[in-house]
Amino acid sequence: MKTRAMLIVLLGLTLFGCSRKGTPLLVTNFGTALVESSGGKQIGATGMVLAQPVVVQVNDDQGTAVVGAPVTFSGPAGVSFEPAIGTTDTSGQFTTNVRLGGMAGRYQLTARTLTKARKPVELKIEEIALGYQQQVGFRLDDKYCSRCHNPESTAERVSNYDNLEVKPHPFTEGDTLNKMSDADLTAIISHGGPALNKSALMPPYGYSLSKSDVDALIAYIRLISDPPYRASGIVYAQR
Amino acid sequence: MQSSSQNPTSLWQTLFGHPVRAFGVVSLLLLISLAIAPAKNYFSEWRHYQKQYLALVRTRGDAVTLQRHFHAGIQQIWLPQLGVVDRCTTCHVGLKEASLSDVSTQPFRTHPVIPHTSDQFGCAMCHRGQGPATTVEEAHSSTLAWEQPILPARYVQSSCGQCHRAALIGTPQLNSGRNLLSRYGCVHCHTIKLADGTAIKPTDDPPSLEHIADKTTREWIYAWLKDPQAYAVTATMPNFKLSDPDARDISAFLIANSTPVAGDTAPVNNDKKAPDPTAGASLYGESFCASCHAVQNAAGNVVGGDVGPELTRIGTKAKPEWLQAWVRNPRVYDPGTAMPHYRFTDQQVSLLTGYLGNKTDSDLLANVHLDAATPEQIAHGKLLVTENGCASCHAISGIKKPDNFAPELTRIGSKPLTQVIFLPGMQHSLPDYISAKIRQPRAFGAALKMPQYTFAPAQIDALTTALLAFTDRAHDLPLALTVPAQPPSNYQPAGKAGQLMSDLACFSCHAINGRGGDMAPDLTWEGSSVQRSWLQAFLKNPGTLRPALIRRMPRFNLSDSDITELTDYIMTVYQTPAFDRDSMPSSGYPPAQIEQGRQLFYSKYACQSCHIVDTKVDKGYIGPTLTQVGSRLNAAWIYHWLKDPQTLRPGTIEPNRNMNDEDARALTAFLTTLKQEARK
Repeated sequence: MKTRAMLIVLLGLTLFGCSRKGTPLLVTNFGTALVESSGGKQIGATGMVLAQPVVVQVNDDQGTAVVGAPVTFSGPAGVSFEPAIGTTDTSGQFTTNVRLGGMAGRYQLTARTLTKARKPVELKIEEIALGYQQQVGFRLDDKYCSRCHNPESTAERVSNYDNLEVKPHPFTEGDTLNKMSDADLTAIISHGGPALNKSALMPPYGYSLSKSDVDALIAYIRLISDPPYRASGIVYAQR
Repeated sequence: MQSSSQNPTSLWQTLFGHPVRAFGVVSLLLLISLAIAPAKNYFSEWRHYQKQYLALVRTRGDAVTLQRHFHAGIQQIWLPQLGVVDRCTTCHVGLKEASLSDVSTQPFRTHPVIPHTSDQFGCAMCHRGQGPATTVEEAHSSTLAWEQPILPARYVQSSCGQCHRAALIGTPQLNSGRNLLSRYGCVHCHTIKLADGTAIKPTDDPPSLEHIADKTTREWIYAWLKDPQAYAVTATMPNFKLSDPDARDISAFLIANSTPVAGDTAPVNNDKKAPDPTAGASLYGESFCASCHAVQNAAGNVVGGDVGPELTRIGTKAKPEWLQAWVRNPRVYDPGTAMPHYRFTDQQVSLLTGYLGNKTDSDLLANVHLDAATPEQIAHGKLLVTENGCASCHAISGIKKPDNFAPELTRIGSKPLTQVIFLPGMQHSLPDYISAKIRQPRAFGAALKMPQYTFAPAQIDALTTALLAFTDRAHDLPLALTVPAQPPSNYQPAGKAGQLMSDLACFSCHAINGRGGDMAPDLTWEGSSVQRSWLQAFLKNPGTLRPALIRRMPRFNLSDSDITELTDYIMTVYQTPAFDRDSMPSSGYPPAQIEQGRQLFYSKYACQSCHIVDTKVDKGYIGPTLTQVGSRLNAAWIYHWLKDPQTLRPGTIEPNRNMNDEDARALTAFLTTLKQEARK
């Protein structure tokens, strides 16, 4: 299995190196570990380039950055990288712009490098792509919800989270929110906290938002939750 | 005799064999040829996919339901009034099956949730491609008979823009592309007409160059022309890739062509005994200049608004005399500017001028050495200015704004590919062509005039999306099917107050009757909302209603008569027809009702999550502070606002609580008691 992966990497390196005339891949060094510098866990949109590039760093045994080590990126169908293959720069990092695929959901990207013994080292990076519905939910969250539900403040917008006596749940808090059904979430968004015997500090939005707005919000909340939300789906007795 | 009669027989026999056998062969051939059509049909691609689909659903929990939904054979969505004949659902069988959401293999994916169904509009209207085709190749790719291939998912929002002319919450990319078309001034050169015949208007307001010599030096113009982004990273001016002599000659012409404005050359009041070196910075902060102007900080981040130009290196650009005149009253130099006339005192003017003048970058002009301009250079500069279409964006004395300087883009989304010249190695599709043209226009020919912009990849995608929406269909669609945008308003308040509001550039931040910015609250019904005495005090010295906001109303040093003029106008004209401002008393509610209101505020409606009425207890940061709301708002406004905030101010985030009359009345009674304490 490992040799096969290594072969694929090597094949990829050679093929790509040959196909681009004038810029052959110059591997001068090898590291032993691959770490993420930035660009993981971003929320993007289907078919779009992520706002921030993904940056990974190749380190050696001592944890110092390695210059000129090979890095390849791969991902599920529909994901593209610009560039997908190359060597680490003078600071030991490799930067790529990622375009996510056409389906909403979580995308697991894989970065690979080779050790001196030609053994592949892998790093998994996860990104989220919002579809149309989740995109609407994201905008609504930004306008109505995040001021209280997101504890992070920005220069433009101070979070109200710390001012609330009963703390709201951030939407990424999967441990709590994944236990609530879609019907529960609809109830609490539409009729406010008291609908589920929770704090009245959560006002009702059922008279301001439409049913499809509420559905869009829930679709968004489900997609960004951490750990990931798994819909129970339709369960029929098997024959 | 015998041989002669046998000869034709032998020829027949050598050609076709024995007549009986020949008949058999011909019949067989006929049978086989008759079988070709049914066989082709039997082995067709779509049948293969339908079989695959049935095999896929057989193992699933809801197989029976899925099988019941499945219809064998060619499926077709036919919408004659829209000209839609789409057979996509022949292969894409699971489009409507929500339970297949985990299936990621095409053609069996479920369609993501969108506001429309395929029964309403078909498929090709949004995705393009050849709807009636029944093979993958013909449906998805461009062929000899059909050149419109499937639209890549990243541009699909453009299809929404064919019917929806206004910004939609679910199409951020389309909205951003449309903004960029106006914001970067694309429509100065490229005319884009909408279906109703109106042309898209630019929003970038490029400065007039008629008095440029007052404002800046020839050296700065030269450096700016060579690389606008070297002066300001946020500059929207593109790079025309001018040669050194060309930049030299254009700068020579612009300076020679400039006429002076009275007051721009008044000597700078150099106040040597400046009280405090940080006073200028404080005044910049207090005047909320950063609401509109950005400055690049030491970390390289651009911080501030984007209404006005970036000021990181303003001292290198602007002459101190001009800067002083501009800060004193920008409307003298540019009557239409978005900058308010602040009415600064002389001391404030020199403080700000000094502070801004110190924002310099000596590297920018270090290598610019220009000799005195010759008449030939000036004449050549004028020629270059005409050739490059500078007057499409900038007002330049003596040069007329050219009409249709660049190709019209009204129907660019349906441009036939036969009219497009592709670069070698480029994919032959319209989106690829448009995005390549935006990315690097002169890759298509060094002699092309379109300049080089500095767009991020996401911005190029957005612009391509917006342009792809300008299709034939967008123009030919029945009007009943389009969703029009709010028509642009050119509302202008009347009289002396109207002049004052223009002078103060109220519309740069506030919207009234559909015209104006969205940085500050909509003032359309302000006269029904606030009390006269509060408005007067606010205009004199604007305090803040929302402690968490960094963008606030600046102080304009208005005279008392100006304040009275504005207050009278706002209180009289900006009244809602929905209710009478004086229909509810501002005090005198029974104590029991006030107490009931207080309890409703804190318990049932929990308003303290967003609003503060008692600074000791409440912390809510989102809505305006209500500690003195009884002195600020009219009782009738409070009551109607509680009942239905969105009607009074569309888009407000205050949720509609579906409040009954009794609760709304009690809350109004409570809130009116929160009055400003009399000054002791």
